[in-house]
Amino acid sequence: MQLNKDFGIYGGQYVPETLMNTLIDLENNYKQYCSSDEFKNEYMHYMKQYVGRPSVLYYAESMTKKLNGAKIYLKREDLNHTGAHKINNAIGQALLAKHMGKTKVIAETGAGQHGVATATVAALFGMECEVYMGVEDIERQKLNVFRMELLGAKVIPVSSGTGTLKDATNEAIRTWAARAEDTFYIIGSVVGPHPYPTMVRDFQRIIGDETKKQIIEAEGKLPDKVFACVGGGSNSMGMFYPFIEDKQVELIGVEAAGLGIETGEHAAAFAEGKTGILHGMKSTILQNEDGLIKQVYSISAGLDYPGVGPEHSYLKDIGRVKYISATDKEAIDAFRFLCKYEGIMPAIESSHALAKAIETAPSMDKQSVIVVCLSGRGDKDVHTVAKYLGRKI
Amino acid sequence: MNRIEEKFKTLKEKNKKAFIAYICAGDPSLEQSEKLVYALEEAGSDIIELGIPFSDPLADGPVIQAASIRSLNGGFKIRKFFDLVKKIRQNSNVALAAMVYYSTIFGFGKEEFVKLCEESGIDGLIIPDLPYEEYDEIEEVISKTNLCLIPLIAITSRQRIPMLVKKAKGFIYCVSSLGVTGERKSFDKKVDEFIAEVKKNTDIPACVGFGISKKEDVERFNKTADGVIVGSAIVKNIFESNCDENKLKDFVSSLLS
Repeated sequence: MQLNKDFGIYGGQYVPETLMNTLIDLENNYKQYCSSDEFKNEYMHYMKQYVGRPSVLYYAESMTKKLNGAKIYLKREDLNHTGAHKINNAIGQALLAKHMGKTKVIAETGAGQHGVATATVAALFGMECEVYMGVEDIERQKLNVFRMELLGAKVIPVSSGTGTLKDATNEAIRTWAARAEDTFYIIGSVVGPHPYPTMVRDFQRIIGDETKKQIIEAEGKLPDKVFACVGGGSNSMGMFYPFIEDKQVELIGVEAAGLGIETGEHAAAFAEGKTGILHGMKSTILQNEDGLIKQVYSISAGLDYPGVGPEHSYLKDIGRVKYISATDKEAIDAFRFLCKYEGIMPAIESSHALAKAIETAPSMDKQSVIVVCLSGRGDKDVHTVAKYLGRKI
Repeated sequence: MNRIEEKFKTLKEKNKKAFIAYICAGDPSLEQSEKLVYALEEAGSDIIELGIPFSDPLADGPVIQAASIRSLNGGFKIRKFFDLVKKIRQNSNVALAAMVYYSTIFGFGKEEFVKLCEESGIDGLIIPDLPYEEYDEIEEVISKTNLCLIPLIAITSRQRIPMLVKKAKGFIYCVSSLGVTGERKSFDKKVDEFIAEVKKNTDIPACVGFGISKKEDVERFNKTADGVIVGSAIVKNIFESNCDENKLKDFVSSLLS
């Protein structure tokens, strides 16, 4: 039986014919191998021993007091090895690549977190690694570029198009089409042609599975609201998925509003996007009347993406997840808030989710519970924040 | 029967092979594109493929990517493209195929796009990001028209070939190599075997594209296939000669001599 390639009207496989047998082969291997005990045991072994899972669900007491409303818990994906949730998926896909006999991996990266995660697993499993990164992002995320190089990966600058994540993704797909025989493409988010959105979600759902167990242990009940940031949408999908059937839990995805939706300088696909096709999937995409992909903007390289995973579009359509957005300023304010009151430096991406939780918490009663997915740590963003604040470091 | 099918019928009667030339519409301008079409026809092209530029051309290499950006920066619009086709049709009856990403068709509106293709005089569509599995997206709209939906078949298609040729109309676009459009030093070792496999499965003409840039490539594939498609090499010639129609004619003639 084939897996369902669509989420409602979204999803699909809009790729050149050259890649079709590659995708079919990938799907078959994914279905057979990744449902086996052998895979599950190996994946969990690395999650525990290498990534350091389960990641803690931290009760942010000082923040809660300050906001004087709902109790706030932070799912600390920032404490994972390599500093973000991306490693969960990179390990899953690398194990699959190894099983399929591939000796090389390629990846696209925006903020560099997925690139670092892929470079890390490539080093761990002895695979060659190339990471495609837009020239704009290379400039914004120098630290992560050097981290990847130290881990033995080759960072390939992509100057085509807008020189950001979407162009890096195009280039990775082009390279994959030429070299699929020995190369596995580790996609970093719940985007791309089927089976990637399903596969990446399944490798990230460990975030939500753990959270559910941990919050019941801590509070004896499910949370009232769960916040997670959405670029392509992998940390949010991983967090939300296990809660989908728990209708009493409000799920809120936070996109990047950049300088403000009204300015047009943003990356919030759900704010202004329409159904379109990009990177092999049908989903909600920011595009013009001729179908051209719009230039998007966000202070956070990881959210600077003109589309969103197809399952998110579906969840929005059926009304299960609410999607809102936070501006650069709101994200930076939230970043500083968490530094000041909790001594935790979040990634700017995660700060978008945090911003909306901070905004919402005071209006909720003290018995209610909010969970925020703190998808990554902010060390990589220190230069960006300094620049935003007009400081030289 | 549309112009593409008629063309292949005539070629078959004369025992000749097809030469299909690609240009990126709007590079360097839509006015120039019109003149380039006439030049290509005059130089002996049987079918002309008009590329519709896209911001994210997944199947294209650096030459066509750059041409797409030049065209888009020059103010290319889909509606202006159809005006160009209408103008060409006032002067020429050459078979025209549009090479267009499904992202563009869907983003613009598929019904309207197909309607404009028919009204303006486009004969066929080559859609590099619409594999067989997603055909139902557009099949219904196209089936009401006389347009040819030209399938791409790849070296990696193997067991899929019998299925892929089933719905072919006009001709079959055999992709000579893995990866994207553009010149390469050598062709895949399996390419001749691949073309033979496609021919074995269908009577519809099979033409070879991707990486064909020299006279010897044209001669080589004309032995096994029903024609060739030359894209990046033509786009490069146009760019390097600053859009000199005579130089383009010389280049095409040299490939066919």
